Amino acid sequence: MEGLTLSEAEQRYYCDLFSYCDTESTKKVASNGRVLELFRAAQLPNDVVMQIMELCGATRLGYFGRSQFYIALKLVAVAQSGLPLRVESLNTVKDLPLPRFVVSKNEQESRHTALYSSDADNPASYSGVIPPPPGRIQVKKGSVSHDAVQQRTSTDQQESTSPVVSPQQSPPTSPHTWRKHNRHPSGGNNERPLAGPGPFWAPFSEAQPGSSTSSDPIWSGHSPPPHQENWVSFADTPPTSALLAMHPASVQDQTTVRTVASATTTNEIRRQSSSYDDPWKITDEQRQYYVNQFKTIQPDLNGFIPGSAAKEFFTKSKLPILELSHIWELSDFDKDGALTLDEFCAAFHLVVARKNGYDLPEKLPESLMPKLIDLEDSTEVGEQTGEVGYSSSPAEAPPSKSPSMPSLNQTWPELNQSSEDTAIVHPVPIRMTPSKIHMQEMELKRTGSDHANPTSPLLVKPPDLPEENKMSSSVKFTSGNTVTDGYSSSDSYASDPEQIGSTVTRQRSHSGTSPDNAAPPPPPPRPHPSHSRSSSLDMNRSFSVTPGQQQAGVVAYPPAVPPRPQPSQGAGPHVHRPVDAEGLIAHTSTSPQQIPEQPNFADFSQFEAFAVSGVNKEEEDEIETHSEVLQVEKPSDSASSHRGAKADGRVEDKAPANVPTSAGKGTTPLAPPPKPVRRRLKSEDELRPEAEEHTQKTGVIAAVLASQPSIPRSVGKDKKAIQASIRRNKETNTVLARLNSELQQQLKDVLEERISLEVQLEQLRPFSHL
Amino acid sequence: VLLSIICSPPQNYPLYIRSIPTENELKFHYTVHTSLDVVDEKISAMGKALVDQRELYLGLLYPTEDYKVYGYVTNSKVKFVMVVDSSNTALRDNEIRSMFRKLHNSYTDIMCNPFYNPGDRIHSRAFDNMVNSMMMQVC
Repeated sequence: MEGLTLSEAEQRYYCDLFSYCDTESTKKVASNGRVLELFRAAQLPNDVVMQIMELCGATRLGYFGRSQFYIALKLVAVAQSGLPLRVESLNTVKDLPLPRFVVSKNEQESRHTALYSSDADNPASYSGVIPPPPGRIQVKKGSVSHDAVQQRTSTDQQESTSPVVSPQQSPPTSPHTWRKHNRHPSGGNNERPLAGPGPFWAPFSEAQPGSSTSSDPIWSGHSPPPHQENWVSFADTPPTSALLAMHPASVQDQTTVRTVASATTTNEIRRQSSSYDDPWKITDEQRQYYVNQFKTIQPDLNGFIPGSAAKEFFTKSKLPILELSHIWELSDFDKDGALTLDEFCAAFHLVVARKNGYDLPEKLPESLMPKLIDLEDSTEVGEQTGEVGYSSSPAEAPPSKSPSMPSLNQTWPELNQSSEDTAIVHPVPIRMTPSKIHMQEMELKRTGSDHANPTSPLLVKPPDLPEENKMSSSVKFTSGNTVTDGYSSSDSYASDPEQIGSTVTRQRSHSGTSPDNAAPPPPPPRPHPSHSRSSSLDMNRSFSVTPGQQQAGVVAYPPAVPPRPQPSQGAGPHVHRPVDAEGLIAHTSTSPQQIPEQPNFADFSQFEAFAVSGVNKEEEDEIETHSEVLQVEKPSDSASSHRGAKADGRVEDKAPANVPTSAGKGTTPLAPPPKPVRRRLKSEDELRPEAEEHTQKTGVIAAVLASQPSIPRSVGKDKKAIQASIRRNKETNTVLARLNSELQQQLKDVLEERISLEVQLEQLRPFSHL
Repeated sequence: VLLSIICSPPQNYPLYIRSIPTENELKFHYTVHTSLDVVDEKISAMGKALVDQRELYLGLLYPTEDYKVYGYVTNSKVKFVMVVDSSNTALRDNEIRSMFRKLHNSYTDIMCNPFYNPGDRIHSRAFDNMVNSMMMQVC
């Protein structure tokens, strides 16, 4: 239809309404039934409604598309303000108040107005803040009390809906909010938002068949101040009559507005949450409210709330300390004594739920878990919106990691941050900071399952991450092996986070330049710190061996790993030759070291060339080879130009073969030699014979340079097998070592006992002679 | 049979007691109480200069005819005592160490909780769950 310009408030409002009417979640069409209800709630004469429908084109189209719906809403506002219905008036009428739909509308409008016109956080000023419908507010208040009574009896449906908020708490910053909440509980409208009590509501309730909680919920849900209100109402609604009974007396004041809002919101929430069956889901309104509260304590949304401040805040909720303590335990995910935004929201949500009569879960519901993916900064970001039902909730949704925010997802500017958080978890490169790594590990332990968020990215990442620290300790090696093997266990990830993290960042930067490089799945780089020793040695070696070329390759790498691969490569072939049987593990482990070289796109061509040679079957192997080759070449070549030349030569041979994809690369001349050396190095790493390695490396490098044999693809398979067996052996070794120590301990104990017994025997001996 | 107790300075009154099975608890309480002396002995034997190097795990405090008592003390002089049945030979030293480590970690988590006043009895559900699971593993 005609272009429709909506103000921000209108946009939001209409969007909420549309969602409300969008019973089938088509996002395109509002159900006629709902729309009609809405219009009826607008308290417009029928002919006006017909006119509106005609004007917006719905009668023409037969359904209410989004644009039609918006136009209709605008026309409703026009009609309600007394202006004649004209299409032209859509865009020409300025400062049109939002369409009012019965009771909820009042709230909605008042909320909107309050929102936009004043500080929403000041509940006390609600009545004052809401200029347009002051009368309404008052009426609402009165009705609220009525409602409260009525609602109380009728609420019980909300149980399955969002646990919501229990306004009873009184966050320091908005004490009135709390009061309002109190009211709400009494007035919680489960089904009919404010059905009944005031004149406004009466018609509304009548008009509304049971489930259509009227647009109120929608509206209430969406306006910011409503956040508080709705939020409050949520608390009310989940309402169980018992809950309401708890706050019978507190209905008054401004709560009316709130209750209305809350009622609507709750209804809506209920409606929506029922679709998810997750009482622990945080709705948009609630989240917004939590965020606002967070801001009052800590203006920086990425910062922490210290424990003491949080304690004061939550103590205001008047929950027993024991319960607050438990809530803290649940919500402080990383156990750092401070609450991030997500943790705070989770804690707040739990408090609200508790206030509403919900029992605290034993474990943190998935929907409240903070995402551990740090997209940008080091603080935890993201909110969990998994659908998980918990014991306290009547229904249990299958735990899933999919974001499950209620369909209230509105693109509110204020919700931007939260919408980010609620974005579906997707593999995101995680910059693994130590805190995150810890979080991941903790999460893994706590949840016992692979969190898609933290681990999947890791899973995705490993292939791309050059495994820099192959030469790390055996523990790392094992985890690296598992990674190379396919990243089977989450434990490997737990130990790999550091590696992955460091390499992720590196890889990311590099992969940008060379997609091919990133493609071959280099095992996740080993943690940098673990390689310090070898790295330094490698550094020395690599630099000494290939001053010129290495600079290009080494410098490209993050300081952690670079040199390692090269020397290992050089030494690899030489040393590994005899140890070829050790398995591919070593090989792949060295490859990660070489992987750092990958990012060095200067060598990419060479890399490809080598890769094409197909020394390794796996991509990792390829990468290894590449890196090996590169490294080998580096030592051999005097400048990167050499590499280019060699690469060209090799590339020609291997043109068809793709580095990342081709399993069988052409045999890189230098690949085989470096590989065995690398493997050898890896195993040696576990044993820590660094000195030998280095000497071997140098020797190997020289040998590699000279030899340049071509390795058939079968070698790759052997390597894999060898590496696998190496890994197994190492594991067995560690187990046996542990067992050995335990047995030693036992032996000691037994010896002690024996000694004590002998002493006793000696003491008794004299008596025996008697 | 397993019993674990956490005692805090300075008076060494217990913050947390959990035992499996639950009968005859008093006997274990008494044992633990007496073992506190041994713990103090070991601590003081180190001397002030060695406080930092002192290992947190104290090992077998003393064996009696029925059971063994293991001790563990944190740097803040919070003592963890564990009484284990002697007949439970499957329990190795490493396992005891790991159990103490878990206890210590959980204890620090509790400490991070701003709602917890140091010196209060520990009522944390998470802590209980951890201890229960640990004990289940042993028995």
